[in-house]
Amino acid sequence: MQQASGQALLEVENLVVEYAVGGKTVHAISDVSLTVGRGETLGLVGESGCGKSTLGRAVLQLRRPTAGKVIFDGTDLTRLAGEALRLMRPRLQLIFQDPIASLNPRRRIGDIVAEPLLITGVADRAERERRVHEVLVAVGLDPDQTRGRLPHEFSGGQCQRICIARALILEPQLVICDEPVSALDVSIRAQILNLLEDMKGRYGLTLLFIAHDLAVVKAVSDRIAVMYLGRLCEIAPTGQLFAQPAHPYTRLLLDAIPVPDPAVRPALNVPVGEPPSPIAPPTGCRFRTRCPRADALCAEEKPELRPVRGGQFVACHHPLIDSSAPMPANTRPQ
Amino acid sequence: MSSAALLSIEGLSVALPTPRGRLLAVDQVDLTLAPGRTLGIVGESGSGKSMLARSVLQLLPKRAEFSGRVLFEGQDLAQLKPEALRRLRGPALAVVFQDPMTSLNPVLSIGTQIVETLQAHTGIASQAASRRAVELLAEVGIPAPEQRLRQYPHQLSGGMRQRVAIAIALSCEPRLLIADEPTTALDVTIQAQILDLLAREQQRRHMAMILITHDLGVVAGRTDEVAVMYAGRVVERAPTPVLFDRMRMPYTEALLAAIPKLDAAPHTRLPAISGRPPDPTRPLPGCSFAPRCGHVDERCLAAKPPLSALDASGGQYACWHPLQPVAVEGA
Repeated sequence: MQQASGQALLEVENLVVEYAVGGKTVHAISDVSLTVGRGETLGLVGESGCGKSTLGRAVLQLRRPTAGKVIFDGTDLTRLAGEALRLMRPRLQLIFQDPIASLNPRRRIGDIVAEPLLITGVADRAERERRVHEVLVAVGLDPDQTRGRLPHEFSGGQCQRICIARALILEPQLVICDEPVSALDVSIRAQILNLLEDMKGRYGLTLLFIAHDLAVVKAVSDRIAVMYLGRLCEIAPTGQLFAQPAHPYTRLLLDAIPVPDPAVRPALNVPVGEPPSPIAPPTGCRFRTRCPRADALCAEEKPELRPVRGGQFVACHHPLIDSSAPMPANTRPQ
Repeated sequence: MSSAALLSIEGLSVALPTPRGRLLAVDQVDLTLAPGRTLGIVGESGSGKSMLARSVLQLLPKRAEFSGRVLFEGQDLAQLKPEALRRLRGPALAVVFQDPMTSLNPVLSIGTQIVETLQAHTGIASQAASRRAVELLAEVGIPAPEQRLRQYPHQLSGGMRQRVAIAIALSCEPRLLIADEPTTALDVTIQAQILDLLAREQQRRHMAMILITHDLGVVAGRTDEVAVMYAGRVVERAPTPVLFDRMRMPYTEALLAAIPKLDAAPHTRLPAISGRPPDPTRPLPGCSFAPRCGHVDERCLAAKPPLSALDASGGQYACWHPLQPVAVEGA
């Protein structure tokens, strides 16, 4: 559908994830398609419950999609199972939000980081130790000070470095980062974002970076996809999305971010209201119940993702930009 | 400062015994707040900001060692008997915590919790209290308040629960509201709504407010004054526009620089602060920020810089090598 820069490493086609809760169906992801090019970082943003984490898991087949395809480097992962899927796994890795909870508290760091090598059959102990040493240095930890210790001896930021080391030791092609800095303090967050950028360069990674914070996503992404209630609203090159969002929901998200500058008046007109339930999503456009531009058409017809300009796509009947207008010079929409 | 202060914190220190030694959570903090004003307290995890709030509310853990004074309208709260404190909480002092799921009682309806608060503090009759509860829910932006009264916390979303917690806090018309990370658990669009609600009610009621957060963005447009905490101390304090205009303390500047900016180009490298805060059970002899600071010298490592006297713009800082305000060319 939308063109990623370079050849696509990951193509998600018409992905649907639904699950049953108490006899009802949760529409977690409804017909989402996107591509991630080789070496690209695609940011995926949205609020809690929009399906962004489910999308990450569905890509990895940790949650099997209800329908649709996940084509990774030419192979449809949804058709793989058992051994075939296991052989594919070293090429796709995941970094979670809570670095402390994702490390086994009773195992030593050296063993935690080496475990992926054991699972994938690197039998030579010296080889494992060499690679653990190398990856710990790469993520900015002192291997001699780290290997023999337990997770509780490290801070949240250091634990996230350990998680990154564990994800990178198999030299994956695609890393899905699910809110990797949300649990960290501001001063530590910048260290980890910089580290992810460095690792991307060093290991030639492609990243799917999932987060709720648009400013964080902007710092690392080439393109950004915005999700709302299981559907994609907009996808655009990062600079363009911030300069001129096309979807009213993207605009709402941008306006809601507190800016650390007293000269910028906080948006006082954020519409009251919250996302509806994914058990009974609104008909037509799912954002219409909170949208200032909604009309009868929005209730009747689901807006399809369509190109606006230069790699920007929007799923809206009444987008904020006219595709024939020139690009504005300012980058901070007010 | 002046005798008109609503709240005056003087030389407050809080220490907690831990298996690893005595943890100095708050270290010699002085702060004042005038009626109807808003103070932002900014700090990272472990900076002591929540312990400071708990000291004002006198809700410290039993084993905490407390010293200093917390004067509210001239009364030292630490000297008050539990019964006298109970009378102050509600009509004088109220609080909104970070997580509304844990601050609301899961087995009582929303209505019961509001009515209970009103009756405990104001002696209002039960029917009047129910009517007032409906009004309060409407004031905090809850649709269909009559129906909501009969619901339980688990039936509400996180944003709605926080609105209920705010309604309870506002129910007895407090003169000081302490909001401790009130939006940290919420989504960004809901955060904006809740911050708006707090700002609106603060102004409408001429209520003083302490807004505690880790996010400089949250205090920027919504407070009169900001105090920045690091390792238990207030390291910089100034009227909000002054603070953002010319930061004096290198930590404040580094903290602001480390936040990704919406107007920066994609892939802009962030000026990260290296290292991490010191272990609070092992206080440093000098400046707590010294090991991470770019301006450090021997003096910083040897002696703790005191909080400076108020400068002309109303700012104070604790630093031996404060950042100089940018000189105007040719002036």
